[in-house]
Amino acid sequence: MRTVVGVQRIHAGAVRVLELPAGHPRLRHRIGYVTQSPSIYSDMTVKANVDYFGTMYGVDAARVKAAIADVGLADAAHRFVGALSGGERARVSLACALVARPELLVLDEPTVGQDPVLRRDLWAHFHDLADRGVTLLISSHVMDEAARCDRLLFIRDGRLIADDSPPDLLRRTGTPDLESAFLLVASQLPEGA
Amino acid sequence: MSFRMTTATAVRVLTQLRHDRRTLALILVVPTALLILLRYVMNSDPETFNRVGLVMVGVFPFVSMFLVTSVTMLRERTGGTLERLLSTPVHKIDLISGYAIAFCLAATLQAAVATTVLYGLLDVTTKGSEWLVVLIAVANAVLGVALGLLVSAFAHSEFQAVQFMPAVVLPQVLLCGLIWPRTEMAGWLQGVADTLPLTYAVEALLEVGAHTELTETLVRDLIVVVCCAIAALLLSALTLRRRSR
Repeated sequence: MRTVVGVQRIHAGAVRVLELPAGHPRLRHRIGYVTQSPSIYSDMTVKANVDYFGTMYGVDAARVKAAIADVGLADAAHRFVGALSGGERARVSLACALVARPELLVLDEPTVGQDPVLRRDLWAHFHDLADRGVTLLISSHVMDEAARCDRLLFIRDGRLIADDSPPDLLRRTGTPDLESAFLLVASQLPEGA
Repeated sequence: MSFRMTTATAVRVLTQLRHDRRTLALILVVPTALLILLRYVMNSDPETFNRVGLVMVGVFPFVSMFLVTSVTMLRERTGGTLERLLSTPVHKIDLISGYAIAFCLAATLQAAVATTVLYGLLDVTTKGSEWLVVLIAVANAVLGVALGLLVSAFAHSEFQAVQFMPAVVLPQVLLCGLIWPRTEMAGWLQGVADTLPLTYAVEALLEVGAHTELTETLVRDLIVVVCCAIAALLLSALTLRRRSR
């Protein structure tokens, strides 16, 4: 994930993102990145955080407001991030990426720790973004999140071991759920691979 | 370089500082309180306090801005916000200048309070203008910000960052001529002192104390301090890596 965003040096091979080499300056406008632990300022308000990252992308106040509303924090815009719950902080962090309206959104376990209602809303929003042509690259080890994606890549010890849609993967492995599917695929790996 | 991004960063850093009331109070009150303390420590010798108090007003912003900057920047590095910022279109120089501008303003306020007390309450007099004292104090603050940004790259925790204070700042304070005249130090130490920026800041302050006019030494010293600060700022920009290993 970090190599795709361009914050990690690549030791072997090449990574191309949106037809440019990863880390290219022109990509910085086009990629949004949300780490698992919220990378935001806890001693500022929600709005001040989104405003600041928005300024880096050159967006206006309306976009800032929209990004905060998109993550369901419109009522909490003037609250300090430090006073919010863990789930709310994760959403502020998400808003700071959404504000850029990126073509590629890289998310690390975006809905882990959120309540079911919010999780449903956030995934609806993600699918909405995807329908509008945004690519979402989500990493997770929670299969509940994985099941909501259109395409699934299983990675084990740095190697790609499956690339399919969730229903096809279940059909192919004959397993009842993705967790079992992952375990099955991983156990079929040749020794020493 | 972008005016918009620099200003946004400066405003953001100041907003954070403004919400941290305790730090703000410490920045503004502690130097003044220590000055008053020193005045009565040197109760029997107002002549000496006249010189030492003046120098301390100039040195405080250097020390406190070094501390505040190194810890703030370290928080950005460890909290992931720096990595996030560097994945946006922001230029490194915007971040660095935003920091420098914000803490410079804080230092100006700090120096203004300390200078007011120094002249108004503690009866210190200088031949030169009190505005020059504030100006030199602010130049020292930039130096402190620059060195603070620089060392934050070498600290892995706030605990370590604070330990850099005695390592980087204290030797300069010892050698700058504040506690002992430079001409009476060991010869090789005088040579070392000549390479440290704070030495020039202190010399400039003493010039303000002793001369009514703007002396050549003062102008040269001020240029040296500002150049060192800019060099350290540029050097610290190099420690902001967009890509980690």
